[in-house]
Formats: sequence, C-alpha cells, structure tokens
Amino acid sequence: MASHPNKISRFNIASLALGLAFLYLPIAILVIYSFNGSRLVTVWGGWSLRWYHEFFADRAMIDAAWMSFRVAATSATIATLLGTLAAVALSRGERFRGRTLFSGMLYAPLVMPEVITGLSLLLLFVAVNAERGFWTVTIAHTTLTLCFVAVVVQSRLGSLDRSLEEAAMDLGCDPARAFLAVTLPLIWPAIIAGWMLAFTLSLDDLVIASFTTGPGSETLPIRIYSEVRLGVKPEINAICTLVIGLIAIVIVAASLASKLSSAQAKSAAPM
Amino acid sequence: MSARRIFARPARFAAIAPYVWMVLFFLVPFGFVLKISLSQTAIAQPPYVPVFDLTEDFAAIKAAFAALSLDNFRLLVSDNLYVLSYLRSLVVAAVSTSILLLVGYPVAYGMARLPRRWQSVAMMLVIVPFWTSFLIRIYAWINILQHDGLLNKILLALHLVSTPVVWLSTDSAMYLGIVYSYLPFMILPLYATLAKMDPALLEAASDLGAAPGRAFWLVTFPLSLPGVVAGVLLCFIPIVGEFVIPDLLAGSDSLMIGQTLWLEFFTNKDWPVASAAAVLLLLLLLAPLLFYDRLQRRQLEDAR
Repeated sequence: MASHPNKISRFNIASLALGLAFLYLPIAILVIYSFNGSRLVTVWGGWSLRWYHEFFADRAMIDAAWMSFRVAATSATIATLLGTLAAVALSRGERFRGRTLFSGMLYAPLVMPEVITGLSLLLLFVAVNAERGFWTVTIAHTTLTLCFVAVVVQSRLGSLDRSLEEAAMDLGCDPARAFLAVTLPLIWPAIIAGWMLAFTLSLDDLVIASFTTGPGSETLPIRIYSEVRLGVKPEINAICTLVIGLIAIVIVAASLASKLSSAQAKSAAPM
Repeated sequence: MSARRIFARPARFAAIAPYVWMVLFFLVPFGFVLKISLSQTAIAQPPYVPVFDLTEDFAAIKAAFAALSLDNFRLLVSDNLYVLSYLRSLVVAAVSTSILLLVGYPVAYGMARLPRRWQSVAMMLVIVPFWTSFLIRIYAWINILQHDGLLNKILLALHLVSTPVVWLSTDSAMYLGIVYSYLPFMILPLYATLAKMDPALLEAASDLGAAPGRAFWLVTFPLSLPGVVAGVLLCFIPIVGEFVIPDLLAGSDSLMIGQTLWLEFFTNKDWPVASAAAVLLLLLLLAPLLFYDRLQRRQLEDAR
C-alpha cells in the first residue's frame, strides 16, 4: 500500500501544518491576550484575571449571556426533536408526496444567507403581531438548527445496518417499537451530537437574532457585536475565551458521545 | 391529496411535525418578504403600507392587487448603489471561493494522505473552529490586524515595513476574514472525496509512467471534482449574502448586498426596499441553491 505515489510528501505535511496553524493561531492569541493585565490591548502587562472580573461585574453583558444560554438550550432541544423526526422520515419513510419540497426546505437553510432568513422571519413575526424577544429568537434558531440536526442524524441512520430493524420486525415488533427498541439506542449519540451542534450554532448567531429579537432582550453576540464596533476592548477577549471554553467542553462531550456510538454500533452489529 | 395517502406508513408520520414547522417558519415567511417587497414605504409602525388584508371582501382585495407596485424593484435595478453592491457581492464571493479552493485543496490533500489513525484527528482539528463562534474568530483577527496589533509589530520588528500598515477596513482584511471563516466548509467536502479515492489508481498511473504531477492532474483532480463542486457551493452561496465579515473588516466605501439590506432595514427603516433586495438576492442564488439541493439529496440517497 505504501508504495511511492501514495507516500505522504513534505509538501503534504507542510500544507497541513500551515493550514492548521492558520486556523488556530488567531484564537490562541485571543485567549492569551484575555489574561493580559494591561488596559492597552496591544501592550503586554503581565498575567491577570482583571478582565474576567470586569466581565462578571458587567450586568448587561451577564444578562445577554444568560439570554443566549436560555435561547440556545431551548432551541437546541426543540430542534433536536424535530430534526430527528425529519431525519427518520427522510431515511426510513417511503416516498411521500411533498418529499422533494420537504428535503429542499431542510437543506436550503444550511447555505441560505442569514440576512434573508432573519428578515423573512421577522416579517412573519410582525405580520402576526408576535411580541419580539426570547420566543421569537428561539423559534428562529430552531428553524435554522433543526436542519443541521436532520443532516447529522440522517447520515448516522444511513450508515446503520437496516437488517437490525427488519429482524426486530420479523420477531413481531411493530415499526414504532422496532424504532424505539433498536434504532433509537443506536442513533442516540448522533442525536446528542446534533443537540450540541444546534446549541453552539444558536450561541454563535448574530444576524438572525438581530432581526428577530426585540428591545431589551439582547443576546450575547448582539452585545459583543455592538462593543466590537466601538473598538477592541480587553473585556471582550475574556468573554470570547469563556465562550470558547464552554464550546470546547461541548465538543469534548460530543466526541466522547460519538466514540461511544461507534463502540456501541460495533458491539451491536459485528461487521 | 389526502393525509392518509401522504403519510401511509409510520415513518412518514415522523415528517408531519417538522414539515409543518418548516412550512410555517421557512416557506411562509418568504411569502411575507415577497408581499412587503411589493408595498410602499411609510412612516409608521411597522414601516410599510399593508398591501392587502385577507379579512376584507373580494373587491378590496382586487383593489389591493391593482395597487401592487414594482417600484422597489425598479429602484433597485436603476440605483447604482444597489447594482454595485450586488456586483460587489458576486465578485467578493467568486474571488474568496477561488482563494478558498487554492488554500483548502492542499490541506485536504495532506489530510487524505495521513495514516488512517491521524486522519480522524486532523478532521477533528478542522471541525473544531467551525464550532467556535464566527464573531469571536473575526474579532480575533481585529486584534491582530489593528494599527498597533501583532501583525504590524512583527512586520516592524523584522524591518519589513518602516511605518505601521493599515490592515483593518481594507478588502485584504475582509478576504482574509472570509477565507479564515469558511475554510472548514471547503476542506471537509474535499477531504471526504479525496479520502475515498482508491490508492491503487495512483500506483497504476505511476506504473504506467506518469510523473506525480501529471498523475495528480490526470487522476486525482478529476476524481475529486464532486468534492470541489460541493465545497465551492457551500462557500459561494453564503458568502454572497455575508454581512458580519465585510461589516467588521472591510472599509465602508463599498458595500456588499447583505450590508445594504441590513442598512436599509435597521438604519433607514425601509422594510419594503430591504425585502425587495432580499427577493433579488434570492433570485440571484436560486440556480446555485437548486444545484446544491440536488447534490445534497443525491449524496444522502447514495448513503442509504
């Protein structure tokens, strides 16, 4: 296998290393500077937790973070429920009328420019006279993230051995029971990973939230954005580092879940 | 079309809830965008004249239809400001997608050449930044690119420049930000096709006397085209409508359409014109969107 043309070359290694350095260096610099004691963002004034204290004393920022957290948790939960159902319908259901429209509606938001999604949802909320705030942002985020959940779960369902479900049904399970007893435990880790993806996407979103939120209910990205527009502030470095830390925890949990998933899949379905 | 026929088998029932949700919150809102794009601006709350009201009788609805106007669209295609920002969006998206392809391909290629065990690690490393906040990653670059930021410090220390270079509020900063943010979207589909490729093909090419470079262009690249197309679409479509990156990193003398839409909506409070801009943007993206949808569906059908 490791014959000459397929050997990894120095060029391969170099491009990989440069690519990864490009992806990580800016974030690393940001994290380091969040511990900078100096008020001047560009002068190193020794290690300090000063900006973290500043953040925890900033009432408006804390409120925004709490709002973001609630929106992310709620919308991710609804999105996971609906996205999983959609994935099951697409990969297990027989052809039904409107299936093309259905899958189109699920794939389009993945690439749709956020300004369009945000504007259109806002116009809907205004038309039905909904009070804008927590729930409108949550609905908007659910709409976007359920599509990501559907793709994640669908790809897991696609790689599952269908004979397991068929065996359960041959043994007398009705389709619903076969799904609950056999399929669901196997795709559970993908569902968890989908929830986490939805959670971080919601936590991250600026554009859609800006359109759909109302006065007095800012999310964290909206707050950060308005601060960043005024210039670089060391406190923002600290907040960003905290968010990165939270997301890192989520990623580690998600990768553990997927490890568990492949181990489980192997033990359930010896290849 | 009876409900019974649509969802005859149990798994189809699963479609009902997400179907209703997406129709309600994805499809129907576009109807409102279309409707408001055809109405007049007004100084009111909400700031537009309602075009028609379904609670009225037929005559009123007919009158309302007669009052529909394409004025907003006429404004968009006749005013240079909008035409230029559409053009700029397309140019920026095309240029950045090309850079992304040039940068992303070697990285994806390197990943596919790694030993199996390391491939999943490399993939994880590429995915992680995608999970990290978009806004935070752009902000990290503002830190580096500002007047007395790290980049200028390094350049000054190396005596490559004698005075600090202005990086922020330039197109180069914007391109850098876009390439940085969208790189994982380009690398992952490329890697997916490159990793699937049979190594025996390259061996055969080499046995038949092809130099590595020639073998790459004759064998590897053509076979990776599906990944190239997927990566290009995955980047190009959202970049056309990008708002945050040009807003924070580019100068304010020429705007992308996403920024123009934002400005009309939030600053000028001109909802009808913003809606018309959204409709035109959507029309512009319709062809690549449909193409992407087909690609995505085929891929998932293959996986079934």
